[in-house]
Amino acid sequence: MRRLPALLVFTLVGAFLLAPLVIVAGVSLNGQKRLVFPPREVSLGWYGELATSPAWLVPIGRSLLIALVSAAVAVSIALPVAYYLWRFHSRWARALYGLGISPFILPPVICGLGFLIFWASVGHFGRIENVILGHGVFLVALPLTTLLLGFEGIGRESMDAAQTMGADEWTAFRTVVLPLAMPYLISGYAFAFVLSLNEYIIAYMIAGFTVETLPIKIFNSLRYGYTPIMAVVSVLFLLISVAILALVAKISDLPRLMGALEPERK
Amino acid sequence: MDRTLRWAPLIWPTALLGVFFAVPFAIMVAVSLFHRQPGGFFEPGFELTHYRRFLTPFFLERLGITIGIAAAAAGAALAIAVPFTYLLTRARRRTQVAWLIVILSVLSLSEVIVGFGWSVLLSRTAGISNLLVALGLLDRPRPWYPSLYGMITGLVYVTLPYAVLLLYPRFSRFDRQLLEAAETMGAAAPRRFVTVFLPVMRPALIAALIMMFVFVLGAYVIPQVLGRAQHWTLAVLITDQALFQSNIPFAAAMAIFLLVVSLILVWLVLRLTRLRRA
Repeated sequence: MRRLPALLVFTLVGAFLLAPLVIVAGVSLNGQKRLVFPPREVSLGWYGELATSPAWLVPIGRSLLIALVSAAVAVSIALPVAYYLWRFHSRWARALYGLGISPFILPPVICGLGFLIFWASVGHFGRIENVILGHGVFLVALPLTTLLLGFEGIGRESMDAAQTMGADEWTAFRTVVLPLAMPYLISGYAFAFVLSLNEYIIAYMIAGFTVETLPIKIFNSLRYGYTPIMAVVSVLFLLISVAILALVAKISDLPRLMGALEPERK
Repeated sequence: MDRTLRWAPLIWPTALLGVFFAVPFAIMVAVSLFHRQPGGFFEPGFELTHYRRFLTPFFLERLGITIGIAAAAAGAALAIAVPFTYLLTRARRRTQVAWLIVILSVLSLSEVIVGFGWSVLLSRTAGISNLLVALGLLDRPRPWYPSLYGMITGLVYVTLPYAVLLLYPRFSRFDRQLLEAAETMGAAAPRRFVTVFLPVMRPALIAALIMMFVFVLGAYVIPQVLGRAQHWTLAVLITDQALFQSNIPFAAAMAIFLLVVSLILVWLVLRLTRLRRA
């Protein structure tokens, strides 16, 4: 009886959160091109259709490429900053930390416009590498937060022990610190990857007219009316996100990770 | 030599964040003061024309709408997130992990996909109104978008997971003994929640509300998919001016405005949380 309110709240919030996902998955199964729910003439036909339409496969591939590389860029920026902040309490690293966190807290349209103006000024317009760098910088906050959390979980003694045994800074980092922080590095990479995959406005402002990512492609198609392939690719992207996040939950302690993702964390 | 080498690993982050983040922002500030070349981009200059446009009814109306919508969506999301997160932090750890995966998935979901999902849910042919017809509550299915309420529903949807993640750390570190003490004194569960838990959490709730407000300010796709043109927010206007009206200096001035407002709000949050710790 005491659990009843909890059950009620969980059910309502769950229904609210799942409703648009369930209906998108539902309409993706319609046999005809019509938008009806529950689906009629249920088939996986549109999934097969996707496999043979380059108009959708190319943006998917592009989005995956951008996400893979930009998440790596984000981690490569975050790793030295987080390490120097933890190990040496470096002031410079602290300043970089602030710089790295801020784009993620501000409305992304601000970053988007900044990047647009930057690439227009240097005359290097509408390229995929612009989007990769844009996402890389925008998403630094995620690996930065997870890595710092990971380093803080490592006792300083183990680092001191390694150095007492004669290991230099680099060796100690490589053989002691990095393996211990690896789950956090992977989590940070995974978060950045998933967010880059789904990001719209920054990619659109940097090179939306020439580098069509999947979110841009869906949005463009929405203006011209409905096609079930939109539902199909949405389902695929949702599944990718859920799979990656479940993987993160498996290799690391998700509640602890989230307990530290407060923006005001130092 | 040794000293330089020791700091070498910081060169890469400094260069990237400097060139691709700090420099673009500096250029954006400069461009907001430049002269607009109709039909083209802009030419160097120093004028406050673009900032002066903030005082026009056109901009003030946009600003009012943006603030109203962001406040409504943030407030509604907080009202749902507070009881939910409270119960979540008291659930078993396994349940918590499962919910966190759902919350994170929804949070990372593209705004485009969310907008699309809700446009189907609110549509005449496939949407919720069909369910109400089947239940006999409505005589025929109706389209529920584009509309102000449809748009706010979509915004609440994207803000809710963010709200839960903002509250989760605070709520899970809450000192349970306070509630137990209240229980010993004979207070029932709802009463403990209202008279003990909420007052203790008040600074955290205000901080979360402000962060959510800033978060909604950034929404771009949902106002366009689910709302009408008169409900478009500042973020839509900035993009529109930059890409379609090719008035980049005005877009830059508005972005700087949004930046300053957001920074002030985030600073408030930092103060608020520091106050609590002291």
